[in-house]
Amino acid sequence: MRAVFGLVGALVLVLLLFGLPVAPSLVEIFQGSLGDQAGISRTLAKATPLLLCALGMVVAWKAGMYNIGGEGQFLVGATAAAALGGVGLPGGVLNPVMLLAAMVGGSLFAALAGWLQIRRSVPAVISTILLNFIAIQGVAWVVRGPLQRTDGTLPQTQPLKPDMMLMKFDPRFDVHTGLVYALLAAALVFIVLYRTPFGFQLRVVGSNPRVARANRIDQDRVALASMAMSGALCGLAGAVQLTGITGVLGDGFAQGWGFLGIPAALLGGLNPLGVVASSGFFAALLAGSENLARFSAGGDKLIYLMQGLAVLAYVGFKAWSDRRPTAVPEEI
Amino acid sequence: MEVLTYATPLALAALGETVSQKSGVMQIGLEGILLSSALSAALVAASSGNPWLGMGAGLVTGVILALISGVFTVLWMADQVVVGTAINLAALGATGALFKMRFGGTGSLASFPSLSGGFDPFPWLTFALAGALWWVMRASSWGLVLRATGEAPKATEAAGFRAQAIRLQAMALGGAMAGLAGAYLSVGIVGSFSENMTNGRGFVAIAMVTFGRWNPLQVLAASLLIGFAESLRLTLQAQGVAAPSQLMIALPYLVALAVLVVAGKGSKGPAALGTPFRRES
Repeated sequence: MRAVFGLVGALVLVLLLFGLPVAPSLVEIFQGSLGDQAGISRTLAKATPLLLCALGMVVAWKAGMYNIGGEGQFLVGATAAAALGGVGLPGGVLNPVMLLAAMVGGSLFAALAGWLQIRRSVPAVISTILLNFIAIQGVAWVVRGPLQRTDGTLPQTQPLKPDMMLMKFDPRFDVHTGLVYALLAAALVFIVLYRTPFGFQLRVVGSNPRVARANRIDQDRVALASMAMSGALCGLAGAVQLTGITGVLGDGFAQGWGFLGIPAALLGGLNPLGVVASSGFFAALLAGSENLARFSAGGDKLIYLMQGLAVLAYVGFKAWSDRRPTAVPEEI
Repeated sequence: MEVLTYATPLALAALGETVSQKSGVMQIGLEGILLSSALSAALVAASSGNPWLGMGAGLVTGVILALISGVFTVLWMADQVVVGTAINLAALGATGALFKMRFGGTGSLASFPSLSGGFDPFPWLTFALAGALWWVMRASSWGLVLRATGEAPKATEAAGFRAQAIRLQAMALGGAMAGLAGAYLSVGIVGSFSENMTNGRGFVAIAMVTFGRWNPLQVLAASLLIGFAESLRLTLQAQGVAAPSQLMIALPYLVALAVLVVAGKGSKGPAALGTPFRRES
């Protein structure tokens, strides 16, 4: 509730600040995201990679590992999937193999950052960001080198055959079965975090390292596992986007899903079920705010500002309410 | 000279981050501060015709953003990584939107006065600042209190200082330096602004602080090394050396990561880095 309040507040504030007409803008956002079948489909298609990345962030951040590298893990996952595009398997078999390869790739890439923090004292918050930039350039290189399409005309991979792609519910619209995977992943992450001993350990390590130490939880192992799981989810998001929407990997493939997963995870209260709601909300905003460019050039960029402000409003409100009990003795 | 052009904004930002971290606050929003001050400096320089006013506007922007994040992290004790990430996102959106609204979709704003070619004291100022900070943190009483606040804020309070006030001061100073760094990127070097022009420099600067072990002189040296990597790329490209350009673009990030892997082990940051201080009285 708090999150929704923060988001809507931030939305209106941003519209006012940048001189966009508030009511018509809100109508545009609603129309573009939930107004008709095409809008709803666009929202769900955007929610798919966003939800997977946000879940990835939840798993890592819950364990106290600041994974900012969702973007890089997303790209490594997509690259791993794209690399298998030429394998001579029937498409129906190949697609799950690609998704699996993406999970392994993303997982290893994130585990590298986890290992650097645990063994080499390089904070994950720094290494994952640096690895993002390295991954972006890595993709730019492979699509001009080893993975470039066979006719060599464009800097992108060979387009996947239709049978390798995820199925669409309706050929007219973008939304695809990746959405089902994302929702299943949300349920799975919820079960692992809140219904298994490992999930309990993970939450203890993240929220109270001292208790974790006292209970002889192997903190390094848990932290590393959380990064690996986080990377697997972000990697899966990359393959789902590749085999669900684009069909090719190229320079424009990185649309910031891994990055946007962070505010979605935070506003979802780092809870897998809350994240389903926040990802849906953000996806609707993304789908709807494309229309804002109609009022003003750059209006579509405002979505980032809204998300940043919403996160600030959310943490500010939370800090404020957490602070109240101690406020009384402070005044004495 | 080229080395200095690339190293100056990086070093300024990294030195500012050092001050902030020494007091116990990790400024993850550095990237957003650089980007915002780059744009504000560009706008002011373009409308006033004076690059120096632009530099000033960048500095002010940096201080304001640092203090905003300070209100959240220091006074309200919110998570520093969360707040910093939010600042980065907000800055990316605000600068992107503002820039497009003012200048349309042209991609870059290339015609405003810059410092290049004229009198540009900033590389030398950066060297002087590194030395001054080294001395201040080592020998002055404010520096001692600053370091104590980063190690054990309770001790600062016991000695009669306000730990939160010290942290806000450090953040404001760090923000001022980040603001100059951002302004230097747009107004100082090229006289142009483009969307997301900082392109991760803020994060590289944060890495430089760890690499330089929170020592201003070593942080300066680390930034010069990355500046060298960046100018090497341009030199090699200009000479037509056949290396994949993507590898060359990734070089500063690779070097930053590599040095952290080598230097990270055993280097200790301030003990209370990242931990909010709650006053009990």
